[in-house]
Amino acid sequence: MPTDIVMPQMGESIFEGTITKWLKKPGDKVQRDEPLFEISTDKVDAEIPAPASGVLQEIKVSEGNTVQVNTVVGTIASDGDSATAAPEPSKPSAPAKPAAAAPERKEVAETKPAEPPKQKEMVEPAHEREDEHVRSSPLVRKIAREHDIDLSHIPGTGLGGRITKQDVMAFLEKQASATPAAPAPAPAAPGATSAVPLPKAAPTPAPAPIPGEIVPMTQIRKIIAQRMIESRRTSAHVHNMFEVDVTRIVNLRNKMKGAFEQRYNTRLTFMPFFVRAAIIGLQQFPIINASVEGENLHYHRHINMGIAVALDWGLIVPVVKNAEELNFLGLQRAITDLGERARTKKLVPDEVQGSTFTVTNPGSFGAVFGLPIINQPNVAILGVGGISKAPVVVTDPQGNDSIAIRSLVHLTLGYDHRVVDGAVADQFMALVKKTLENWSEEVG
Amino acid sequence: MPSLTYLEAIRQGIQEEMDRDPSVFCIGEDIGIYGGAFKVTDGLIDRFGSERIIDTPIAESAIVGAAFGAALTGMRPVAEFQFMDFIGCAFNQIVNMVAKAHYRWGAPAPLVIRGPSGGNVHGGPFHSQNPEMYFVHTPGLKVVCPASAYDAKGLIKASIRDNNPVIFFEHKYLYRRIKEEVPAEEYIVPLGKARIAREGQDLSLISYAAMVFVALEAAEILAKEGIEVEVADLRTVSPLDREAIVQTVRKTNKVILLHEDVRTGGIAGEIAAIINEEAFDDLDGPIVRITALDTPVPFSPPQEEYFLPQVSDVVREARRLRAY
Repeated sequence: MPTDIVMPQMGESIFEGTITKWLKKPGDKVQRDEPLFEISTDKVDAEIPAPASGVLQEIKVSEGNTVQVNTVVGTIASDGDSATAAPEPSKPSAPAKPAAAAPERKEVAETKPAEPPKQKEMVEPAHEREDEHVRSSPLVRKIAREHDIDLSHIPGTGLGGRITKQDVMAFLEKQASATPAAPAPAPAAPGATSAVPLPKAAPTPAPAPIPGEIVPMTQIRKIIAQRMIESRRTSAHVHNMFEVDVTRIVNLRNKMKGAFEQRYNTRLTFMPFFVRAAIIGLQQFPIINASVEGENLHYHRHINMGIAVALDWGLIVPVVKNAEELNFLGLQRAITDLGERARTKKLVPDEVQGSTFTVTNPGSFGAVFGLPIINQPNVAILGVGGISKAPVVVTDPQGNDSIAIRSLVHLTLGYDHRVVDGAVADQFMALVKKTLENWSEEVG
Repeated sequence: MPSLTYLEAIRQGIQEEMDRDPSVFCIGEDIGIYGGAFKVTDGLIDRFGSERIIDTPIAESAIVGAAFGAALTGMRPVAEFQFMDFIGCAFNQIVNMVAKAHYRWGAPAPLVIRGPSGGNVHGGPFHSQNPEMYFVHTPGLKVVCPASAYDAKGLIKASIRDNNPVIFFEHKYLYRRIKEEVPAEEYIVPLGKARIAREGQDLSLISYAAMVFVALEAAEILAKEGIEVEVADLRTVSPLDREAIVQTVRKTNKVILLHEDVRTGGIAGEIAAIINEEAFDDLDGPIVRITALDTPVPFSPPQEEYFLPQVSDVVREARRLRAY
């Protein structure tokens, strides 16, 4: 009996997902719980394990297509069925549902007349011996995933014909030197080295006037694009900027760093200082920790702190829930943990929703300050610029002025002027500044 | 730079720490006038007197007990075992008292237990063992196994200064066979940091203590065949330098773990698990272990040779893994 493979529900508020990559081809053996395909939802990207062991019989929804949760996207034949299950080239798999939704059964019926399969993966089994098993290694498979190459095309020189690192690197080199000119029947989009697997580029109809490559946006990029425009359209963005003297915090961190790391086995960064200062400010000015719901204001009881994390393939905002209940160490641990898991795609959907305020850190690459866009449905976002030393006029208690070298940071608050007025935003920032400049909390 | 044997380097390290810090003292069997079974403490009694170089009865449990008590009162004892094989006699003191002092009371227990371990000297089953893994398995202890004279000195000094109990395994085969230039000026080698003893990009050999030299000799032979081997010397077996392990695997994608300790429960198994957890996707071949056999150390020389990993074993396995 074949087992249906369904689009899983990756969180309560998720209703659909996009298949970004099939990791197996029809006819491949699969083990239960082995990664079978990759999906992208509007919250996270994830690898989905096989629901059963056997042979991947059919792919019903091909890469790049979006379907509702619980839609059957393919089937696995148990080992007993596998001999008959190998797909024949003439029998097309049901091509993808075009994002929206028509009842699945109807579609299958409509596509009976053999429409040539579009996806490279679907054609291959015809050229391949059915039971062919490509021998490789975890490293080779990783490189193949990253460069979107099919290992069955690579001759292996290792023991028993195993594909080695050297084999796959040589193949890539050859491919890179061979491809650039030929436009039409190129085997795959060779330039697409992004970590997120891309659907194959359709052959370009007319030669583009400007030379280059046309690559479809990844799912995450589409979502970011949509969210950014939506936020600009929704909120009346205003920014203020405060210069904050963080010499005290820089010194404190330098002093504590080694012992902190040794004691807690986690790095001591600047981020929790800024987050903690923001929390203190938000507790004083609850309107900044609110959201707009129709004609109402929703003042949130808890502070769910969104932390923007830059990824090689985009941007994600994991959330520290009930951040006001965490002490400094707890904040540091939560921030480090979410950041690391964001980078390794280990976040679960509930961890990237429900923020009530967001902190972003344009300074990590050296920007003096940024003018961040509000993360909807928040009403404000704190941007932390780079920390740098500068000469500053300081006044002693007697009123004497002198010039000193101090560590400064520029904080910006992007706020929604529909509900947050300048006076409130400035008072909030003044409190953040005061908290940071007179830091007195226990660090660890 | 003065040229020192591995043994002299350890002695010099202890002497410098005793000169520097009056709370450091040595305790053990025949370490005073006799200078120790292997003469590591030779001459120290003339310099520091019998109050700081203390001879004891043949009672390892009492040596550790006395050292532990002294450590709790703020001293920094360096306890010698004539052979690390006898550490079993003090096992309860070490794993139940010493290792747990900080956990139970927050009290530092800055003592060092040091002595010779390892085979290849035809010492038979009671004078050739590598008992480090009993202590690697015990949270609360650090376990150090130097390979070079430079490291032996730098690590014994770091061990004496460390506020945790440290078990310091000196390899007796290296005592007088290794001689190298060691800086005259003060230095320490931090605990928990591995070193790259030879750079290479084709595969990694991770080892420690005397087996580092077996690895280096094999690397020399393999280099002539065009196989460039990276040799990593762990130096400290607990805590392990996970970062260095992962880094060399990421670089070469193939790894051989080599140690003189027996196979089952040896550190190679633990390292293989770390690589599996942290660098699985970087592997281009199976993780290979080369270790002693799961038997007592044989007394007969040909049997001992069969029992211990040899250069030829490493060369054979490296060729096989390279071709994999």
